[in-house]
Amino acid sequence: MSKAVKQQILISGVGGQGVLFITGLLAEAAINKGLAVFTSETHGMAQRGGTVVSHFKVGDFSSPLIRPFQADGLLVLKDENIAQHGSFLRAGGWAVVNSSNDVKINKDLTASAVDADRLAQEIANPKALNLIVLGLALARAGRKRRDRINLFCSLADVKKVLQKRFGGRQKIRDASIKALEAGYKELRN
Amino acid sequence: MSKSKRRLLLGNEAIARGLIESGCAIATSYPGTPASEILAAVAFFQNQESLPIHTQWAVNEKVAFEVAYAGCQTGLRVAVSMKQVGLNVASDPLMSAAYLGVKGGFVLISADDPGPHSSQTEQDSRLMAMFAKIPVLDPDSPRQAKELMGIAYDLSEAYQIPVMVRPTTRVCHSRQDIALGAIPKTKRAVNFEKNPARWAATPKFRLQLHGELEEKLNAIAKYRPTAPKKLNRTSRATRAIIASGVAAAHIKDILKELKIWSKIPFYQVVQPFPLHSKFIDQMIETYEEILVIEETMGVIEMQLADRYRVKGKMSATVPKVGELSPEKIQQIVTDFAGLKSEVFSIKSPPSRRPTLCPGCPHRASFFAIKKAAPKGIYTSDIGCYTLGLNMGAVDTVLCMGAAISQASGFYHAYKNEKKRPDIVATIGDSTFFHAGVPALIDAVVQKVGFVLVILDNRTTAMTGNQPTPATGQGACGEPTGIVDIRSLVEGCGVKFIREANPYELKNFIPLLKEAVKYSRKNGPAVVISKYPCVLHRARQGESGESIPVEVSDACDGCGYCIKHFECPALIYHDDEDDKHVSIDPILCTACGVCLNVCPKGAFVEKQ
Ligand code: SF4
Ligand code: SF4
Repeated sequence: MSKAVKQQILISGVGGQGVLFITGLLAEAAINKGLAVFTSETHGMAQRGGTVVSHFKVGDFSSPLIRPFQADGLLVLKDENIAQHGSFLRAGGWAVVNSSNDVKINKDLTASAVDADRLAQEIANPKALNLIVLGLALARAGRKRRDRINLFCSLADVKKVLQKRFGGRQKIRDASIKALEAGYKELRN
Repeated sequence: MSKSKRRLLLGNEAIARGLIESGCAIATSYPGTPASEILAAVAFFQNQESLPIHTQWAVNEKVAFEVAYAGCQTGLRVAVSMKQVGLNVASDPLMSAAYLGVKGGFVLISADDPGPHSSQTEQDSRLMAMFAKIPVLDPDSPRQAKELMGIAYDLSEAYQIPVMVRPTTRVCHSRQDIALGAIPKTKRAVNFEKNPARWAATPKFRLQLHGELEEKLNAIAKYRPTAPKKLNRTSRATRAIIASGVAAAHIKDILKELKIWSKIPFYQVVQPFPLHSKFIDQMIETYEEILVIEETMGVIEMQLADRYRVKGKMSATVPKVGELSPEKIQQIVTDFAGLKSEVFSIKSPPSRRPTLCPGCPHRASFFAIKKAAPKGIYTSDIGCYTLGLNMGAVDTVLCMGAAISQASGFYHAYKNEKKRPDIVATIGDSTFFHAGVPALIDAVVQKVGFVLVILDNRTTAMTGNQPTPATGQGACGEPTGIVDIRSLVEGCGVKFIREANPYELKNFIPLLKEAVKYSRKNGPAVVISKYPCVLHRARQGESGESIPVEVSDACDGCGYCIKHFECPALIYHDDEDDKHVSIDPILCTACGVCLNVCPKGAFVEKQ
């Protein structure tokens, strides 16, 4: 168990996009690695299409919430949310956004963008935009140098979680893994 | 940490697990954010481990409380969970149960919602515990919430008193990796010992019970296992911080990060009421200045008797309103420690407002109501359908059941006016059972001219699709008895009752018009709008209508459908020379309702 790991990621979207689902995948991946996990979620009224955000932490934390300018990473499923959640990112942090255009988070950082809505349609799994965005982040975590981000888990780790989660439900399992890989492959060289 | 036994648990699941591991034999609840998942998780563990316990969704919090309470009178360990405003409904039995005391352990979980994120108020249940004179525990995390369940039962049984545990949204809806413990296999004897002098005490004896209750509280203020803890080692200092609940969790991280962990003595209070008497003395003797941070009211603060030394809500050092976000707390702690302050918080634009789901039957009902009574007063209630606000079809929301009583109030207020407005009340099926029935009886007796639309979508949708008394299914999925809404309305004495499918707007609007007309002369008319919730259907694996719709060239971009119908699947294109509406194929459920919405008939069935 690596004691040093301490990461905070904000996952932002709107109700129905599957923010809670990918938060759960990351949390499961962390547990499998023997890391302490703490997440905080939006439930209730906002889940009906309103702004939904999860705070995700691995490592030694007491507080479930991320403060502004403290997040190591940002996963944004709806680009309009950047106005609201962009400033949670710390200096030197990373961001992956579902958007058809490149998006500036602040003056120093342009996020990696993936048009996950379109890609999800293309792979005939319109609900899987969340996995596509996560896939792109995992691709950057897998890099050796350029574009590399520091993430506690890898593509293989998340695949393992999906495999376990969906067990014998082969169709949905394969479709989910396909979406994750579609996002992964989006990282341009 | 051992890998194998740790599981990721939602705060509410951790609470449920704590109950089960402490031998809870009866668990009851009425759903309400942020407490809803507690009972569902108890039922989950019950099914998984085949436990011989009783779990139930009760018709309301008062009933839930009383069912559980009788269980503890037989010596069993019981629990009742609800959200903070639910406790208002259950406050009647609470006050009395505090006097009578308990036999088996009784744990009341009342979940608060500072923010508020999903509630009518930011009220502090700990103050309710103080009002009722029972102890309350305030967990800082899912892990601690689970631990406190066993402690709460021991405390409850040691002093024969109901014990409240008060988690907040950030505890209920956080997830943490938590070690699972063993579930006791032994069963307690069920034994109700008759003792009417106690269990049916008369006012005279209540005075004595009140005296005993005060003695219990004095003793509980010395109870070791729940005493405040100093979390850090510090050298001599003149100022200290006291906190409870999630605020304490934020402060732990903040003090470490500001590198003042060993500088300011930091105490965590687990039992805010009654505050331990020795602790009060020690704090006042030792420190010149004490900062108290807690949500949402100054419960600890008001028990520390020294106004001059204590900084908190009353001194306006800590905000009285809103959730204490970690950034707010960081600011307060930084100032208190005399450090240079930076800007910690950010101003962010407002969040996106929630809306009814695409294909939600409520949207069709609201659209029809506005057609049938365009100038009406629309009273409404607590549930997804509160979002009828967005469509201008909801004018009032007060509390559970008030749609009907407020309709009565408006009727009486306008009774002697020349022009009386039509009044249409909307209430969900679950809310109708919860608190609507007495109000409807009252309206029948008073001959109130109004239309009540009961939005029967077969479920308690807002809180995650729990069953209603009309569902016929219990918390564990077991079959239950059924109460039919129509018969219930008949039983209340209503003479005009119609049931209809709101998706069929062509029939539904004329039907509502008929009801409005009837109500003007004859008193209450009830329309039961029957169509299942979209999410409920998806969960049950049922498919609904499939009427694919497209927008024809007849659309001139007037925006009527956006404003008055507000389906999230409708996208408005504000292009300079081609304003028009299109349909988002991902969001659209093909309910076909919009076919009857556009005044120009621009929505057409896709061939
Ligand atoms: S959850 Fe059900 S009742 Fe609530 S808005 Fe969606 S469809 Fe309507
Ligand atoms: S058919 Fe019309 S009303 Fe129904 S979900 Fe689709 S766009 Fe909305």
